[in-house]
Amino acid sequence: MTEILSQPPLALSEALSLVPKAEGKQSMKDFKSDQEVRWCPGCGDYAILAAVQGFMPELGLAKENIVFVSGIGCSSRFPYYMNTYGMHSIHGRAPAIATGLAAARRDLSVWVVTGDGDALSIGGNHLIHALRRNVNLKILLFNNRIYGLTKGQYSPTSEVGKITKSTPMGSLDAPFNPISLALGAEAGFVARTVDSDRKHLTQVLREAAAHPGTALVEIYQNCNIFNDGAFDALKDKEQAEEAVIRLEHGKPIRFGADGAKGVVRNQATGDLEVVAVTAENEGSVLVHDAHAASPTTAFALSRLAHPDTLHHTPIGVLRDVQRPVYDDQMSTQIDAAVERKGKGDLGALLAGNDTWTVVG
Amino acid sequence: MTSQVSPAEQAEPADQQGERGLAGERGAPDGGKEVRRLDRVIIRFAGDSGDGMQLTGDRFTSETASFGNDLSTLPNFPAEIRAPAGTLPGVSSFQLHFADHDILTPGDAPDVLVAMNPAALKANLGDVPRGAEIIVNTDEFTKRPMAKVGYERSPLEDGSLDAYQVHPVPLTTLTIEALKEFGLSRKEAERSKNMFALGLLSWMYHRPTENTETFLRQKFAKKPQIAEANVAAFRAGWNFGETTEDFAVSYEVAPAATAFPAGTYRNISGNLALSYGLIAASQQADLPLFLGSYPITPASDILHELSKHKNFGVRTFQAEDEIAGIGAALGAAFGGALAVTTTSGPGVALKSETIGLAVSLELPLLVIDIQRGGPSTGLPTKTEQADLLQAMYGRNGEAPVPIVAPRTPADCFDATLDAARIALTYRTPVFVLSDGYLANGSEPWRVPEVDGLPDLRVQFATGPNHTTEDGTEVFWPYKRDPQTLARPWAVPGTPGLEHRIGGIEKQDGSGNISYDPANHDHMVRVRQAKVDGIEVEELAVDDPTGDARTLVLGWGSTYGPITAAVRRVRRAGDRIAQAHLRHLNPFPANLGAVLARYDKVVVPEMNLGQLATLIRAKYLVDARSFTQVRGLPFKAEQLATALKEAIDD
Repeated sequence: MTEILSQPPLALSEALSLVPKAEGKQSMKDFKSDQEVRWCPGCGDYAILAAVQGFMPELGLAKENIVFVSGIGCSSRFPYYMNTYGMHSIHGRAPAIATGLAAARRDLSVWVVTGDGDALSIGGNHLIHALRRNVNLKILLFNNRIYGLTKGQYSPTSEVGKITKSTPMGSLDAPFNPISLALGAEAGFVARTVDSDRKHLTQVLREAAAHPGTALVEIYQNCNIFNDGAFDALKDKEQAEEAVIRLEHGKPIRFGADGAKGVVRNQATGDLEVVAVTAENEGSVLVHDAHAASPTTAFALSRLAHPDTLHHTPIGVLRDVQRPVYDDQMSTQIDAAVERKGKGDLGALLAGNDTWTVVG
Repeated sequence: MTSQVSPAEQAEPADQQGERGLAGERGAPDGGKEVRRLDRVIIRFAGDSGDGMQLTGDRFTSETASFGNDLSTLPNFPAEIRAPAGTLPGVSSFQLHFADHDILTPGDAPDVLVAMNPAALKANLGDVPRGAEIIVNTDEFTKRPMAKVGYERSPLEDGSLDAYQVHPVPLTTLTIEALKEFGLSRKEAERSKNMFALGLLSWMYHRPTENTETFLRQKFAKKPQIAEANVAAFRAGWNFGETTEDFAVSYEVAPAATAFPAGTYRNISGNLALSYGLIAASQQADLPLFLGSYPITPASDILHELSKHKNFGVRTFQAEDEIAGIGAALGAAFGGALAVTTTSGPGVALKSETIGLAVSLELPLLVIDIQRGGPSTGLPTKTEQADLLQAMYGRNGEAPVPIVAPRTPADCFDATLDAARIALTYRTPVFVLSDGYLANGSEPWRVPEVDGLPDLRVQFATGPNHTTEDGTEVFWPYKRDPQTLARPWAVPGTPGLEHRIGGIEKQDGSGNISYDPANHDHMVRVRQAKVDGIEVEELAVDDPTGDARTLVLGWGSTYGPITAAVRRVRRAGDRIAQAHLRHLNPFPANLGAVLARYDKVVVPEMNLGQLATLIRAKYLVDARSFTQVRGLPFKAEQLATALKEAIDD
């Protein structure tokens, strides 16, 4: 059972209290590196980059204390475009590398940029362990439901039956739901947003940054070359109204034209379901509690989305609870050891307790 | 035993495995038992893996170390925690060689075998020379345990042990009897029989006992009854030796006072020395130590040890797998820590890609490989040297990594400091190739003065290091030190030096992504030149007569057996030169010249000739391999024969 600390979440300033603040006022420009951005024209990554660069000044952190670590894939080129410290590492390993960095340096704000293949396929193990360990990392998972950099094979989030170069007769394996996976891996902060909704994306980043420990933000991102329109159901104005469930903490979960639909708990099964809201059932519409100690309802919310059509896709912060942060506890143990045994004395350590002397 | 005793005047301070040196005899004072002086003894404790043989061996070693003998140990145990009881694969043993002079190996053949059950006798008898003493626990020589290992009749009764001096001792019964007042169950009482055996052997060899009693009371501090029972069993064993007629003689092995330079000494195993080397390197570099590791035999003890020393600011991270272990370490290195990952061969295979990334990122990182028998899972608890080529070449692309190999358990300390020096100075991952024999074996170590340890402090980058054409001051992460070719280490948190690095090829200097053919060719050669240019100490050659025609060249843990074999060869009147490599990449600058001086070069290795392959390729020398991959260190006798054959060839 995971230990849950106090609610509600901390203010931004508290969560990042060990990271030095910027001296002057920062602007988006300060976070643009001198490198030419090389994603395909029209790629959803541009919008996410702009949103992140635009959001960074709001954090007000010294930019030399911000580090972006990525794996391999289109999204993993991200660090090159941020004028912070950065590492473009190897496939799937960014959470592991960032874990070491964050654990060794609590004065840094460490961000991981990864994709659906990087995080959920080759790097799945590191992702789930980062989440359960709760190191101070903000993981941005760009999910385009396809392999882009290797030119269009299906990914672990592709819908079943996906026709790609490697699956001409359709893919056979069932996809991961990254939100469900993260909740199952004991994640304390799990959110979903969409590349094209800058306002929503920025708000989710804000809440993720304020979360002490590991935050997972799944960002639906369009790959206009190999999987164009994958999220149109959530972006097209008419369709989105029915498809997207916008979650806001403390508010009844309603969506559709004029909030005609709502999410209620089935009293018989305990599961969640979508109903047409009526005067009779209005009172039983579920009120979203992102800070609920149990992940059960968040998990049930994550299962509302249809894996193929994406209908009833919840976006926003599904879960935001505090748990002990790994790197804080690591430091606490070091402090406790120093207190108990005194600062390490190398001479005494080497000699040990059981010596003998040879006289020349 | 008389056949094993050599006259005192012939016993010289040298390694004479298999021959027992009698240093002198003393009459029995006060009508007590006779005491003989020996110059060296090899004891092997053998029993079931649940019998506590490793603990028994460790305690005897501690007693021996504090007495001041030189010593060398060889623990040998199965990979299973509790292999099926009473079977041959379940036998665990601990061999200890101690002497009044300087020794180099745990010894070829035991003078005394303690066999706790039939399986232990059967599994070890082949190594025991005729005339040696065998102490057997007769309680276990009943029908079922004997049948388990194929003894149809008791070897204690059928005359098959006539060539040995057998001491039949009902260890279990005596232990239970000694503990009857403790109110323990039979099973609980039985467990202390290893302490009874330790007491008996401690009496036989005049070992100091105080520390063992203290140790037992500390170990079982939470169970005082068990602690006292063990102390009682230990004392009962001692008293049994003192009173029973079967043990008529006890032995003294004087402290090895003249073998050691003046100083303070302690006993130390390879993994402990290596752990201390890491902490010392961190202190000397004034950088926090970060260990990212995944448990694996026989490297886990380094993780355990370092996790005890958080008061040195040590951060130990037990990762979800081998890849995350090194990944986290590399992340910490990017953040300015002295970063380490510890593993064995299978773990190195998993870490290869990240080692390649470290080569490309040019960040300091120590990769500690405690080699074990391979391939694949191989022999987890047995020793081997077969990861040399994996360390040398086991990565995609041209990815040179320096390699340092300790030669004895205590040398693991110095080798680790040297590896840290290379990693920090040249901003590169560095391999330390230890092995299971060094890791678990132990020997006396002269405790170094902290003031005498090398200064490993580094200079982080603090400001711009390059001026662009338009006069702007910028930071170039790959602008190199002209001497070392190392790139600057600019850690996050340093204003103005924000930069991005990655595994994609970079333009030398600016560090920007570059697919330029000429730049790639240049970078591949620069990374190689950086490693080739690492300063390592010259190779020393030991050639007392100065006219040897044969050179024996070794590396790593074979140092003890090779040196012992060389002593034998020289004592027999032959001439041979010896050299031992600590640095496998780069090789010492004078290695080629050394090799060229000899008609014959013999390379003994616990693999199929990996160093020999490197030597032949690089220096075009017709090196001869002498190899063995039995999961055990070489025996000096075999090696001496091989060297003799090479000399005479």
